[in-house]
Amino acid sequence: MDWFITPFISNQFMLYALLAGTIVAFTCAIVGTFVILRGLAFIGDAISHGVLPGIAIAILMGIPGVVGAAIGTVVMISGVSLITLKSRLSSDTAIGLLFVGMLALGVIIVSRSTSFSGDLVRILFGEILGVSIQAIILQVIAAVVIVIVTVACSRPFLLLCFDPEQAQVSGFSSQLFHYIMLALIALTVVVSFQTVGTLLVFGMLLAPAGAGALLARRIGAMMAWATVFGTLSIYFGLLASYHMNIAAGAAIVLTAVIIFFMVFTVQTVRGQQVRRMELHPPHE
Amino acid sequence: MIHTTHITEAGSCSTSCLSAQHLDIGYNHDTVVSDISVQLKCGQSLALVGTNGSGKSTLLKTIVGLLQPLSGEIIALGKKPGCVPQGIAYLSQFHVSGFVLPLRAIDVVRMGRFSKLGLWGRATKADEELVMAAMKTMGIDQLANTPLWYLSGGQQQRTYIAQVLAHRADMLVLDEPTAGLDAAGQEIFSQAIKAELSRGATIITATHDIKEASLCDLVMLLARQVVAIGTPQEILTPDLLLKTFGIQIPHH
Repeated sequence: MDWFITPFISNQFMLYALLAGTIVAFTCAIVGTFVILRGLAFIGDAISHGVLPGIAIAILMGIPGVVGAAIGTVVMISGVSLITLKSRLSSDTAIGLLFVGMLALGVIIVSRSTSFSGDLVRILFGEILGVSIQAIILQVIAAVVIVIVTVACSRPFLLLCFDPEQAQVSGFSSQLFHYIMLALIALTVVVSFQTVGTLLVFGMLLAPAGAGALLARRIGAMMAWATVFGTLSIYFGLLASYHMNIAAGAAIVLTAVIIFFMVFTVQTVRGQQVRRMELHPPHE
Repeated sequence: MIHTTHITEAGSCSTSCLSAQHLDIGYNHDTVVSDISVQLKCGQSLALVGTNGSGKSTLLKTIVGLLQPLSGEIIALGKKPGCVPQGIAYLSQFHVSGFVLPLRAIDVVRMGRFSKLGLWGRATKADEELVMAAMKTMGIDQLANTPLWYLSGGQQQRTYIAQVLAHRADMLVLDEPTAGLDAAGQEIFSQAIKAELSRGATIITATHDIKEASLCDLVMLLARQVVAIGTPQEILTPDLLLKTFGIQIPHH
């Protein structure tokens, strides 16, 4: 029991990391559910990487990285929309172009500055073990906003997941609510990158919700499962980082992916057992 | 040259649920069908019949406001398309989400009430009764709590039709509604449509099924242009069907 509890009781930074990570798990569970159901994985990935130049410029200018990240997501989403609307190119192409362009720009900005090396690691991989009270407060505010918007927009979001045309015909603008959904993804990335980093926040969006999708029969249940799996990832990832002296952000995301494959394996075996029972029912 | 009949007016403008005048439809300035003119009285039914790619789905999408007309005029339920979401229920042809979404059958049917409830309207007992009635009509009330991905293709189609019925709309716009339905499902659907017409709803349906089309008040034959519009007796003739489909279609 000591192995599981003591690190959090004896070290305040571990407790803060657990708290911050749990909030990240919660927001990523809600937003990640829509990322999966709407097939927004690619743009979600693009947003989480495309914030790099915004963060880099913000740090160079001495303003909070969160502000730069927010501007970066606006540029990314606006660019994708512009290319998709004004050309015959598919959204995939537009996303890919903006993704690599923004990432390359971010790397160039970082490579031109000599003072960036430590900041770069922090940006890419997060600093959950050094998370501040201010960052936790920001995450709580973002979580509240995300819950309120999700509840308020639950009907159009559900329709969008089911059929965007049905949403439009039902009187809910598909485009408007699609952008609101993207804004929630952007908000999640912007407030979460400080905890798990821009490279890994996408893993927290996908893996727990993906595992939830394998188990849930309802969207609410999918979010609940995603929250549970995300929180377990945070907890066990932090423990692994503490005891094995490995990078915390990466340990968390790797734990999330491992949990996904564990659930996948269990469900696959259960599915095969059910099929076997249907083909060869036991004799009474 | 494809033979074109004159417009058949199903009723006066004051009782018209759908009115199209010299309407051109298509995508991004590419015309699919031009010069469509039709009027449909409230409580009547119109079947769009044609080959794949003939413009049936394009016309349905224009009627519900998903596509803007390229030229001409179209009025649905007294307003431009897309302006009366509470009054129009739409069944699209494709549902890509069937095997992905964690939704039960009843969750899908409940979505049929969303346009009437709006963003934050409270669902009442009356709404739930309409949902259950729609499921019972389509014979899927026993499957209410079954996940969508467990259902067969035919059961899913019945669920989507139940969603449309739960809407209690003034106009039902249906794209290939009987696709994937077995004989029992088709008979249940036919009875459901008769009940909708009895309560005064207007039905516009795109179908490959000539027998289904023959039960409607009006039929429009499409082949990337309007081949003919009229009553089933006038339109569903061997000659016109040959001109529409390019091969002899048996119809009894």
